[in-house]
Amino acid sequence: MQQLLQDTLATAPLGVTILLSLVVILLHSFVKNSERAQAMVSVAGLAIAAAAAFWTFPMRGTAFSGMVMTGGYASAMSVLFIAGAALTILLARDYLGKIGADFGEFHILVLLAVTGMMAFASGLDLIVTFIGLEVMSVCLYVLAGMTRGRLEANEASLKYFLLGAFATGFFLYGIALIYGAAGTTNLAAIAQSASARAQDPLFLAGCGLLLVGFAFKVGAVPFHMWVPDVYEGAPSVVTGFMSTAAKASAFAAFMLVFIAKFDIAHGRISLALAMLSVASMVLGNVVAISQTSIKRMLAYSSIAHAGYMLIGLAAGTPAAISGVLFYLLSYLFTNIGAFGVVSIIENEKQENVSIESFAGLGTRRPLLGALMSLFLFSLVGLPPLSGFFGKYYIFYAAIAEGYTWLTIVGVLTSMISIYYYLRVVVVMYFRSDTDATAVPVTTLGTASLLLSAAGVLVFGFFPRLITDIADTLF
Amino acid sequence: MIPISHYLILSAVMFTIGCAGVLTRRNAIIIFMCIELMLNSVNLTFVAFSAYLGDSAGQIIVFFVMAVAAAEAAVGLAIVLALFRNKKSVDINDVNILKW
Repeated sequence: MQQLLQDTLATAPLGVTILLSLVVILLHSFVKNSERAQAMVSVAGLAIAAAAAFWTFPMRGTAFSGMVMTGGYASAMSVLFIAGAALTILLARDYLGKIGADFGEFHILVLLAVTGMMAFASGLDLIVTFIGLEVMSVCLYVLAGMTRGRLEANEASLKYFLLGAFATGFFLYGIALIYGAAGTTNLAAIAQSASARAQDPLFLAGCGLLLVGFAFKVGAVPFHMWVPDVYEGAPSVVTGFMSTAAKASAFAAFMLVFIAKFDIAHGRISLALAMLSVASMVLGNVVAISQTSIKRMLAYSSIAHAGYMLIGLAAGTPAAISGVLFYLLSYLFTNIGAFGVVSIIENEKQENVSIESFAGLGTRRPLLGALMSLFLFSLVGLPPLSGFFGKYYIFYAAIAEGYTWLTIVGVLTSMISIYYYLRVVVVMYFRSDTDATAVPVTTLGTASLLLSAAGVLVFGFFPRLITDIADTLF
Repeated sequence: MIPISHYLILSAVMFTIGCAGVLTRRNAIIIFMCIELMLNSVNLTFVAFSAYLGDSAGQIIVFFVMAVAAAEAAVGLAIVLALFRNKKSVDINDVNILKW
């Protein structure tokens, strides 16, 4: 009994989020037209969950018979998902009203997706990892197709669902083979005896299949086919959430299973990760150049950013893990901000997402223009914004591990990315306004954008704030 | 006593059939059925290993997988239904407005 109470307290962020989603479900069922109240309750509850995550941070260890990780890494990742969800819910208030999809279910699904992400990123047993992944994915399938009268959204969610479920099959088969070879699904137990199974074909096949499942979820080339279509078709705020929080949780679980403390493959997948990384960086950045839709461009850029983070995974040292964590946090604020600006520019029919529709934004709406430029500069990785330090820490750790060639590819492909990011800035400031539609003012949306911008700036000027924490994860 | 290799080969064959079906069929519902076949072949693997290892964890996992597959089926069929209402088709070749 004592143990149960202790474990429950140590996993408080997860518990608080689950309770919060239940509260919001009840609010949605019993109070009519309570969408605004639900959003506010969600944000307030997420603040409590974040406080719980800070409180549990020193409780490093495991809970529930070694099934989930508590404190340290798990708490840090929980804060990340909570931040992503809170910013998304704030941005979504006016956006959902504008596109005529102000459903209360949105908040419930976002909160349930966050619980899935937390379980996914803290599971120390492959079955917890799997269930976390599925809770997150099923919520995201629905969110992607939320505007169900719109053909683009139908198509996006159908593609996401079919390919996601397909990848789940591989992921699960990998777990089954690892279970057969190791006799357990507990990461610590598998890792302990992994060196004895270095040549076991069953175990290696299992690891390979698991790797495919993870590569799909982080959107790395050649498992990226779904990314552009889903990111383009889904409502913009949902895309912002998927490309940051969901990607972060996939990376967090990826690192937990294959890189960090209980590495089940003992560094043998390093070269495979390096290959995935090169392919993602090159394809993502090159194809992004030719895009005309800003959402599609950001989707390909998101593939490229997954490539940069995979450099850190290939290096696999503790320094690289804290670098990836910093990158995930920086990317969260930057990309939610960028998709947030896109969501404000869009009209009721979710059109206006071509790069040309940003023409003259810098003079029409100076604040939005400045914020978008800030986010784009951070995506390029210009100092002193947080995007620069994310790349810096990852590249630094990779060179220390002898992955100089990988770092060179990373630097060269980021130079390609300058072209397509800055093209948007040029269009915003140096192209005259062709489309005179007024962009509506949204208070909550702007507040959320300002918070994201604050994140980009603060972590850019004071990166030690995060790296000091990131060095004490385990 | 049937040796474990028989079960593993059967489930590998089922998994491959499911996988090939996903890649070659064009009807969204049939693709979805092939995905279910893949998941169930994994369940067979779990149960076979569970009996072979004398460890009940594998059978418990199967319950979780079945629950997850049921949740996925509910969401997946709803998505197909939403598409059918707008498009009057569930052929994935007709689902092609998003491309570069």
